Amino acid sequence: MFKLEKRLETSRRVVWGVPILSLLLALAAGGLLLAAVGVNPLTAYASIVKGALGSRVAITETLVRATPLILTGLSVSIAFRMLFWNIGAEGQLVMGGIGAAGVALFGPTALPGLPQTPWVYLPLMGLAGIIAGAVWGIIPAILKSAMGVNEIITTLMFNYIAILTYQYLFTDPWKDPQGFGFPGSAEFGRFAWLPRFTGRLHLGIVLGVLAGLLMWIVLTKTRWGYEIALIGENERAARFAGISVFRNIVLVMVFSAGLAGLGGFSEVAGVSHRLLQGLAVGNGFSGIIIAWLAKLHPLRVVGVAILLAALFVGGDQIQITLGLPASIAQVLQGAILIFVLGGDIFSRYRVLRVRTRVAEQEA
Amino acid sequence: MGTEQATSDLAVRLAGVTKRFPGVLANDAVDLDVRRGEIHALLGENGAGKSTLMSVLCGLYRPDEGRIAVETDGRLRRVDIRSPRHAIDLGIGMVHQHFKLVGNMTVAENVIIGREGTPFRLDMKRVGSDIAELGGRYQMPVDPDAYIWQLSVGEQQRVEILKVLFRGAHILILDEPTAVLTPQEAAGLGTTLRTMVADGKAVIFISHKLAEVMAFADRVTVLHQGRNVATLEVAATTKQQLARLMVGHDLASALDKGERIPAEPVLAITDLHAANDRGRPAINGISLSVRRGEILGIAGVAGNGQRELAEAVTGLRKTVGGIIEVRGVDCTGMNPRQFIEAGVVHVPGDRLGVGLAGNLPVADNLAMKSYRRPPLAFGPFLNRRAMTSAAKVVIDSFNVMTPGPETPARNLSGGNQQKAILGREITAARKFESGAVLVASYPTRGLDVGAVESVHQRLFEERGRGTAVLLISEDLDELLGMADRIAVLHGGKVMGIVEPANTSVEELGMLMAGESKG
Amino acid sequence: MDLVESILSIATFAGTSLIFATVGEIFTERAGVLNLGLEGMMIMGAVCGFAAAYHTDNAYVGVAAAFGVGAAMAFVHAVASITLRTDQVVTGLALTIGGTGLASFLGQKIGPGGGPLVGLTGPRFVELAVPGASSLPVVGEAFFNKDLLVYSMYLLVPLAWWFLFKTRPGLHLRAVGESPQTTDALGVNVFKLRYLYTTVGGGLAGLGGAHLSLAYTPGWTENLTGGRGWIAIALVIFATWNPARAVIGALLFGGVNAIQFRLQAEGTTISANLLNMTPYILTVVVLALVTYLEAFRKRVGAPAALGLPYNREERV
Repeated sequence: MFKLEKRLETSRRVVWGVPILSLLLALAAGGLLLAAVGVNPLTAYASIVKGALGSRVAITETLVRATPLILTGLSVSIAFRMLFWNIGAEGQLVMGGIGAAGVALFGPTALPGLPQTPWVYLPLMGLAGIIAGAVWGIIPAILKSAMGVNEIITTLMFNYIAILTYQYLFTDPWKDPQGFGFPGSAEFGRFAWLPRFTGRLHLGIVLGVLAGLLMWIVLTKTRWGYEIALIGENERAARFAGISVFRNIVLVMVFSAGLAGLGGFSEVAGVSHRLLQGLAVGNGFSGIIIAWLAKLHPLRVVGVAILLAALFVGGDQIQITLGLPASIAQVLQGAILIFVLGGDIFSRYRVLRVRTRVAEQEA
Repeated sequence: MGTEQATSDLAVRLAGVTKRFPGVLANDAVDLDVRRGEIHALLGENGAGKSTLMSVLCGLYRPDEGRIAVETDGRLRRVDIRSPRHAIDLGIGMVHQHFKLVGNMTVAENVIIGREGTPFRLDMKRVGSDIAELGGRYQMPVDPDAYIWQLSVGEQQRVEILKVLFRGAHILILDEPTAVLTPQEAAGLGTTLRTMVADGKAVIFISHKLAEVMAFADRVTVLHQGRNVATLEVAATTKQQLARLMVGHDLASALDKGERIPAEPVLAITDLHAANDRGRPAINGISLSVRRGEILGIAGVAGNGQRELAEAVTGLRKTVGGIIEVRGVDCTGMNPRQFIEAGVVHVPGDRLGVGLAGNLPVADNLAMKSYRRPPLAFGPFLNRRAMTSAAKVVIDSFNVMTPGPETPARNLSGGNQQKAILGREITAARKFESGAVLVASYPTRGLDVGAVESVHQRLFEERGRGTAVLLISEDLDELLGMADRIAVLHGGKVMGIVEPANTSVEELGMLMAGESKG
Repeated sequence: MDLVESILSIATFAGTSLIFATVGEIFTERAGVLNLGLEGMMIMGAVCGFAAAYHTDNAYVGVAAAFGVGAAMAFVHAVASITLRTDQVVTGLALTIGGTGLASFLGQKIGPGGGPLVGLTGPRFVELAVPGASSLPVVGEAFFNKDLLVYSMYLLVPLAWWFLFKTRPGLHLRAVGESPQTTDALGVNVFKLRYLYTTVGGGLAGLGGAHLSLAYTPGWTENLTGGRGWIAIALVIFATWNPARAVIGALLFGGVNAIQFRLQAEGTTISANLLNMTPYILTVVVLALVTYLEAFRKRVGAPAALGLPYNREERV
C-alpha cells in the first residue's frame, strides 16, 4: 500500500527534477507513437527542432507563432493567480481582433480627419483590441463576483459566441466586396499594419515581451500585485487585511482579458492584415497550458510560449520533410502537459510505503 | 465477570478508559456506567474530555487503556469497537454537533445513504412511511420528502436522530444537542428523549449547559481535565455544586494589576445583533464597552457568540441591529478596511485560516496592515526593501523565531506565528495615538507555556499604553489573571460582567452555563 | 417530408451523439468530477471506432473500441484528478488537446497499410425501420426509422434517469457529488465511485463519437466532432444534470442546425453563425438563473462538490 505524504521542504533537485523527468516521459510516450507508425523518434524530434530553430526563417516563424501565445499565456496566468479560471482567452483574443479590425476597416470612413499613419492607427487599434477583449472578459467576471456563476462554463461559452460573431462578421457585413467570393474582410490599409522586422516577424513580439515585463513588475513591485497574491493565497486573510475581493476580481479580469485582446490585435494587425479564418486556432487554450507549465510566472510564460511555438512550427515542418501529420505537435503538447500535471504531485508529496495497518491492540 | 444481576440494567460500561494524544491526556482512566432507560448527561468545560470519550464509544478512536462493555441481546458483553461501522452494528448511534447531512437531498434520502440493507430499487414510499412512523412514535414529526435546506435546525437534528434510529441504535449519544436549538425546539427534544428512554433506549448527551442538564438528565457525570470527578443523580444535586465540579477548584487568584484610572470608552457596543454563518442568531443584544487602558475579557464556552462578536467588531461580519462606536464615531456597517483605519486591530482566532497567508513569506504577512502607506508604499509601488526591514524590526522586537523574513509563514511554529500576528497588529495599533482597539481572539490557543507568557506580556504592555483590549478566551485562569473586567457570554447574550477580584469560581461557572446574574 | 418532420428527423439524428456524451458527462459531474476532456474522448472514439470497424469489417467491434478508448482516456483523467489531485480543468484540457491531436494523427496513419482513413467507406449502422411505429405520421420517419445506436440512445436516457433517481447506487452517486465528506462518513467509497463514473462517462462520450463515424457522417474526416464535446459540456448545465432534460438540450442544438438548413434552403438571410449562437447564450442564461436563484440552485443546481478534489485527511 502506498501513501502520499506532504513534503516538508522541496529541494532544488525535486523542483527541477520532477518536471524534467515528466517531460522526458512525455517525449518517450510520443516516441512510442512515432515508432508505432514506423518513424524513428529521434529523427522526428531532431527534425522538429531543426524545423523550428534551424534557420533564420524558422526562428522568425517561431517567434511569430509565439506572439499570441505569450499574450494569452500572460492573460491566463494573471487570472489563475486570483483563482479565477479564465478559459475564455480564445474568445477574448478573437474579440480583440474584431475590435482592432473594426478600427482599421471603418476608421478612415468614420473619422476622415484622422491621419492615416501607423503612429495614430496602431495605438487606436491596440486600444480597441484591449477594450474589446476586456469587455468580453468583464461580463463573466461580474457574473462570478456578483452572482457566483461558475466562470469556467461562462468563459467557455463566451469563446463560442465570440468565434461565431467573428465568423458572422467576415462572411457577411464585413465581407470584402472585392474578395472574389472568398470569406474574409477587406485588407487593411498599410497604415494599419504592424511594422515587420524581418520575414513575417512583426512588432507584436515586442508587445508580448513588454507585456511580460510589465506584468512581472506589477506582480512583484506594486501594491496591487501584493493584493493579488494575497487573494490568491488566502482569500479570508485578504479580506481580513481590508482588501476588496470583488473589485479585484473584476480588475484582474479586465487586465487578463485585455491582454488576450491585445493578442488579437497583434495577430490581425501583424499577420493577417484582415479579418478572416485563422484567428481562432487554439491560442487561448494553449495559453492555459503555457500558464500552467510556467507556474503562472510572467517571465517564464514568455519562455514557455516560445518553446511551445517551436514545437508547433517544427511540427508543421516535419509534415513537409517527413510526411508526418502536423498533429504530432498537438499530441506532444497534450502528452507533455499530462505528464507534467501528473508528475507535479510528486514534487509536493512523497510516496511512502505503508504496511497494511497492524491490528490494534486488544483493549 | 461481575454479578449479572447488578449489570443487567446497564447499557454501556466504560472502565478505566484512557486516551492520549501527542502532548495531551484527553481521558484519564474514566469509568462510566449508563443504564438502560436513562438519560445520562456528560458535563464539563471545553477540553474536559467529553467529546473524546464519546468518540471512543462510537468507534472513531481506539482507547489506549480500559475496557468497554455494551449490552447485546440482553447481556452486557465486553467489546472492542473497531470502527464507526462496528459501533453502529452494536447499536450505538452518535448525533454530532455538526450535522452530516446533504443539503440538496430529501430527508428520506439522507436517512438511507450508506445504510446496509437498502434494496437496489429504492422504495422511497416505504422509507417515508417508516420515517413518519418512527417520527410519530418519538414525538419528532418530520416530512420525509422535504429537502434538508428547507428544514429548521431543530428539524435537521431530528433527521440526524432518525438516521441513527433507522440503523437500529439503542444507545444514543448526542453532542451538545441544544447548542443550535431555540428554547421551544429544545423542549421538543426533551420530550423526544424521554419517549425514547421510556422505550428502553439509553441516551447520553454531552453538554456544558447546567439548565439543560438539570432539566433533561436522570444522572450526570462531570468530567474535568480528562477525569471523571463525580457521577450524581440530578435530583440529588444543585447547579452550584455542578458548576463548582465543572470548573474545578484550582483557579489562580486574580493578579493585582495596580490602580487603573478610569477613562473614556474607546469601543462601545450597544444592543448588537448578528447572525452566524448558518443564518441563525449568534449575537442577541450585546451591550458593552471597553475603556482606554483596560482589558475586557470575554468568557464563555466556545460557540456562544464570541467569534461572531470579534468579527462584527472588526467589520468581518455584517450586523443586523445595534451600534458599534469607536472613539465616539459610529462605525456600524463599515467594511474591514474602514475599521482598520478607525483604529481597530485584530488578532484572529484562526491563525492560518484568517491571520496569515501560509504560503507567503513572513515579510509579506507582516505587511498586511502597513502596505498601503509609506514607507512601504510609494505611489502604486511597493518598496520591498522597506517591507523586509520593517519585517525584521517586528521579528526582532517580538522575538519571532524564523530562519528569515522570506520563510513561508506556515513553516513557523504556532507560537511564532502568533507572535508574528501579534507583532503586526500591535505595530499597527501604535500608529493611533488616541488609543486603538485590540481585539484578541483565543490568542494563546495551542501555544506552549513560554509563548503564552510572551503573549500575555505584550497584551499587558498594550494595556499600559492606553490601548483598549478585548480579550476573548476559553481559559478562565487567563481571564482572571489578565482582565480588569470579565463579561460572560452565553447564547449570544452577556450573562453578567464581573471583576476578577470580586467574583468566584461558582459565579463564573454559573454564568458560563447560562444562569444569569442575580 | 414536411418541415416539422424533417426538423425532428435531423435533430434526432444529429443529436444522438450529443446525448451520449451529455449523459456520460452528467454521470461524471454528478460524482463531482468535471471532465473537460469530452471533445478529445469523442473524437478519439470516432476515429478508433471507425478504424476498428474498418479493419474487422464489423461495426459492433467499432462501437466497443470507441467505448474502450473513451473510457481509457477518462480513466487517465480519473487517476490525475482523483488520486493525484491535479487541477481538473487543466487536465481535461490537456486530454482534449492531446486527444484531438492524436485523433488527427491516427486518422492519417491507421488506415489500410498505415495510410489515411479519410475518404474510406467502412461498415456502418444503417437505418432500421421499427415495424409499425415507423409508419406513424410525422414521428414515424423522424424517430423510428433510424439506426441501432439511435435506438440505444432511446433506451439509455430513461435507463440513466431511472438509475440516477430511483436506485440505491444512483442515490449514492448523487450524494457523492453533493457532499463527499458526508457520504464518506456514512461508509460510501467516494474514490471508487468517482473513478467508476468518470470512466463510464468517457466511454459514453466515445460512443457518441462512434455514432458520428459509424452512422451520421459516416466515415472519418479531420475534426469530425467539430466541438460537439464542448457543446455537451454546456448541455449538461442546460439539462440541469438530469438525463431526461438532456434530450431537450440535444434536440435544441440538433434542431438549430436543422432549422438553419431549412431556412437557408428557403433563402432567408439570417446568418448561420448568428443562429448557432443561441444555444451558447441560452446556456449562460440558464446557468446564471440556476446559480443565482436560490430556489433553483438548491433543487436543480450543480452538484455542490463539483470540481473540488476530495481528501479525507484535510478536514475543515
